[in-house]
Amino acid sequence: MAYPWRILFYGFVTLIFFYLLFPILVVIPLSFSSGKYLTFPPPGFSLQWYGNFFSRTAWTGAAWLSIWVGCAVTALSTLLGTPAAIGLVRGNFAGKKLANALILSPVIAPGIIVAIGFYFAYAKYGLVGHPIALVLGHTALAVPFVVINVSSALYGVDRRLEYAALNLGASPWATFWQVTLPLIRPGIFAGAVFAFITSFDELLVALFLSGSTAVTLPRRMWEQIRFDIDPTLASVSTLLITATTCLMISAELFRRRSERLRTAPIVE
Amino acid sequence: MRERNAVISRMANRQSLLAAPLILYLLVFYAYPVLSMLQRGIYKDGWTLSVFGALLQNATFWKVMQITGTISLIVTVCSLLLAYPVAFFLSRRSKATANLLVILVLIPFWTSILVRTYAWMVLLGRRGIINDSLTGIGLLAHPVQLLNTRFAVCVAMVHVLLPFMILPIYATLKSLDWRLVRAAEGLGARPFAAFWQVLLPLSLPGISAGCVLVFTLSIGFYITPALVGGPSDVMISILIGNEVNILDWPQAAAMSLVLLAIVLVVFAGFTRLLGVEKIFQGQR
Repeated sequence: MAYPWRILFYGFVTLIFFYLLFPILVVIPLSFSSGKYLTFPPPGFSLQWYGNFFSRTAWTGAAWLSIWVGCAVTALSTLLGTPAAIGLVRGNFAGKKLANALILSPVIAPGIIVAIGFYFAYAKYGLVGHPIALVLGHTALAVPFVVINVSSALYGVDRRLEYAALNLGASPWATFWQVTLPLIRPGIFAGAVFAFITSFDELLVALFLSGSTAVTLPRRMWEQIRFDIDPTLASVSTLLITATTCLMISAELFRRRSERLRTAPIVE
Repeated sequence: MRERNAVISRMANRQSLLAAPLILYLLVFYAYPVLSMLQRGIYKDGWTLSVFGALLQNATFWKVMQITGTISLIVTVCSLLLAYPVAFFLSRRSKATANLLVILVLIPFWTSILVRTYAWMVLLGRRGIINDSLTGIGLLAHPVQLLNTRFAVCVAMVHVLLPFMILPIYATLKSLDWRLVRAAEGLGARPFAAFWQVLLPLSLPGISAGCVLVFTLSIGFYITPALVGGPSDVMISILIGNEVNILDWPQAAAMSLVLLAIVLVVFAGFTRLLGVEKIFQGQR
């Protein structure tokens, strides 16, 4: 590229990165504002909005519920998703494509359809307003990420390592625990982190299944945003941005470790 | 050898069973709820199309579908125009730099949609940061209405969906045979011709994967248009939600069927062309 064009191009790309990151970064200074309203730049430093968040049970209760539901969803989707990924990658059965489509469909299906579907069916059994309903629903949305991550880890395992273990007299079970599992473990961890974030941030299903008794953090934020966008939301947002960024980076590290553990030749 | 293959095939058959618990779970707690809800749109003491007949006469539905289509198209085109340069830029960096910059793309990707939408409300509000700074430096005499407009919906939705466009295009460009582009230039193609006739056609798999993802996700958007849109930016998901709130299940189910049909047709057309695995290439 000619020089002036290159400058123009770099400028344009920088602007797009600015557009991606600025709205997220701008919330952080606002959360430490000593002012009563959202003014920028903040008039002074204060932790009042964090105090507001941590002293109100409406907020802390919602946060604890979200953490609780997120952990339950992580456990359930890892327990269901890891074996399923093994079955889908290693197994051979009729309808494998259909099973794949079923497992991946929650990612693609419009959120509202899934959310009102849950509401329609779970309401009949009196589950609306109960955390169990959220766990059951969120697991369906979170499990594809476990299956995707574990599958790609499994494709990276050189089968000859397993055959060697079997040939040397290990049982299939021992082969799995001592050879396969250590190789796919980072993939499982990455999937688990993604499953947790999926549940923790989920709003649409919570809008229909929370009722008034199982209010999650996103649901609480939604109510607050529609009422008044006060700086307490900025402090909650900052906490969430910090948490998801840490989780996301750890998942990314797991994913890269999983790639380094890759023993199978890459087949294009 | 044959015996070993038999053992492996027996193991494969047994391992297939490992997928059973998840499939069963999804059928009971996900597929059955969604399908039984959808059934309300076409079943009422027997299969019927009467709900659809009423839906086709429903002027609000058509208006909302038109708004949804317009917004989704604008968002898809804008995302493509912004994402391609970024993906191109990333693909020309060294591996270490690119990995670092990809994390910058992934951070907004994993930040809650609610947080990002809230940030746009703070930026675009009447007393928001953009209005305040523009009136502050004298560019504007009075604050202008930015929030609750079509503009706000598009800006915030492109912000949420941009990573879905960047990542597939980046994945395609990264694995591209760049010698083809250099060959075109070596043979005398001007930079624009090399881009238009060689690079662009080669990046079509990534472009179409990104467009399909962004378009199908856009038409199902609920949270962002509900918070930053105005009364004339009601999208189909919001309308479906409203029908559920007044407990008109047949209408909600019929609208859901239309929405689902559009998503499936777009997806099916795409997988016909390129195969389903391309959609998830480079994603998450």
